[in-house]
Amino acid sequence: MPRCATQSNTAATDHAAIQATPTRVIACGALAVELVELKKANQWDQLDITCLPAKLHHHPQEITPHVKQAIDEARAEGFEQILIGYGDCGTGGHLDMLLEQEKNVARLPGAHCYEFFATTPVFDALAEEELGTFYLTDFLARHFDFFVWRMLGLDRKPELLEMYFEHYKKVVYLAQTHDEDLVRRARAAAKQLNLEYEFRFTGYGDMQSELAQFVSFNKTVIN
Amino acid sequence: MSDIEDDEIDLRALADDELVEQMQDDLYDGMRDEVIEGTEILLERGWAADQVLTVALVGGMTIVGVDFRDGILFVPEVLSAANAMKGGMEVLRPLLSASDSSNAGKMVIGTVKGDIHDIGKNLVVMMMEGAGFEVVDLGINTPVEEFLEALEEHKPNILGMSALLTTTMPYMKVVIDELVERGMRDDYIVMVGGAPLNQEFGEAVGADAYCRDAATAVETAKELVAQSRAA
Repeated sequence: MPRCATQSNTAATDHAAIQATPTRVIACGALAVELVELKKANQWDQLDITCLPAKLHHHPQEITPHVKQAIDEARAEGFEQILIGYGDCGTGGHLDMLLEQEKNVARLPGAHCYEFFATTPVFDALAEEELGTFYLTDFLARHFDFFVWRMLGLDRKPELLEMYFEHYKKVVYLAQTHDEDLVRRARAAAKQLNLEYEFRFTGYGDMQSELAQFVSFNKTVIN
Repeated sequence: MSDIEDDEIDLRALADDELVEQMQDDLYDGMRDEVIEGTEILLERGWAADQVLTVALVGGMTIVGVDFRDGILFVPEVLSAANAMKGGMEVLRPLLSASDSSNAGKMVIGTVKGDIHDIGKNLVVMMMEGAGFEVVDLGINTPVEEFLEALEEHKPNILGMSALLTTTMPYMKVVIDELVERGMRDDYIVMVGGAPLNQEFGEAVGADAYCRDAATAVETAKELVAQSRAA
């Protein structure tokens, strides 16, 4: 990562200028706030962010065709560089199979956003410590009621709670920001699921570093 | 499915075929208590336990499976239906065990190591039992050693493995490779399933079949066991 370092800077001359290559970021809606914040904070004006509905995660087989369509649209709009703001996200490798067929397309690393927010070593340690962990991010803490509770049908069928969460032991809230309201929501979510609660501040984790690396690679040398 | 308010229906007043139809509606709608009541009524009327299971419960669950596959029903509705079927199964299980009339085959099944998700696996277990298979359920987070011990102990026709996570599904290959290593691979039909899996993955890890849902698992199991016995 990134897989597509597209332009070499070895040809730079005294008269050369470095210009950022316009890049379309096609991302999960669950990452929209974080991507916009990072773009703003780092002045990555070359990033053009478009997001697909986060609820695709409830039908992961639909993620790959939606990403494909978004890539085609980006190409039609003239974007050569594309960054995919998804993990594997339950596509069973299908997303990566698609991206291998595309030129100049990179993806954020890892299986899920939990992993690239926490960073892989930390995420692996969390999983090792307790397999039955349900992860929340800022997005999931903010939208728990709709995205988890209602999308799993628990508002209509609360008796399903045990079937869904029988083997879970705790909620770990991987926080991207310091936000007391989200902490309160995450705690409430854990209580609603009858699970223990743990807080971990992650910031943007590998998402920030990978984006920075991607942006630094994708510069065009202008003579 | 039914437009009629369910609390207006007296199940005991229905003829057998109407009762079966109503039970399938109730199962579709996840009405556990009504499914249990219908099961008990059919038994009182002299139906054999395996007949109630096959005609009313599995028949109803098959409709649910088809509608799930076609995108008409979603996971919460399927789970709710499964919960209702489980209620009926709890009534029937002691009777089925007592009669032990079916010999469709035997399956050892588990969710692979590192994975705690068992909703899909449990659906498969229920449907396989409904189809007359004896099922040994190893539960969740099952390491290769446990799969191997269970195969040695129970001598099943089928090994089933389930995974929900992209990160855990490669473990199926670990188990299959170990079977190959020990010269046991050809002794068993290996079936795999789980949300992130697909046909290509099933072939790549060396499984005999990938099953996209519980109903498919049953049909595939019947077919492969029949082929195996004919060989």
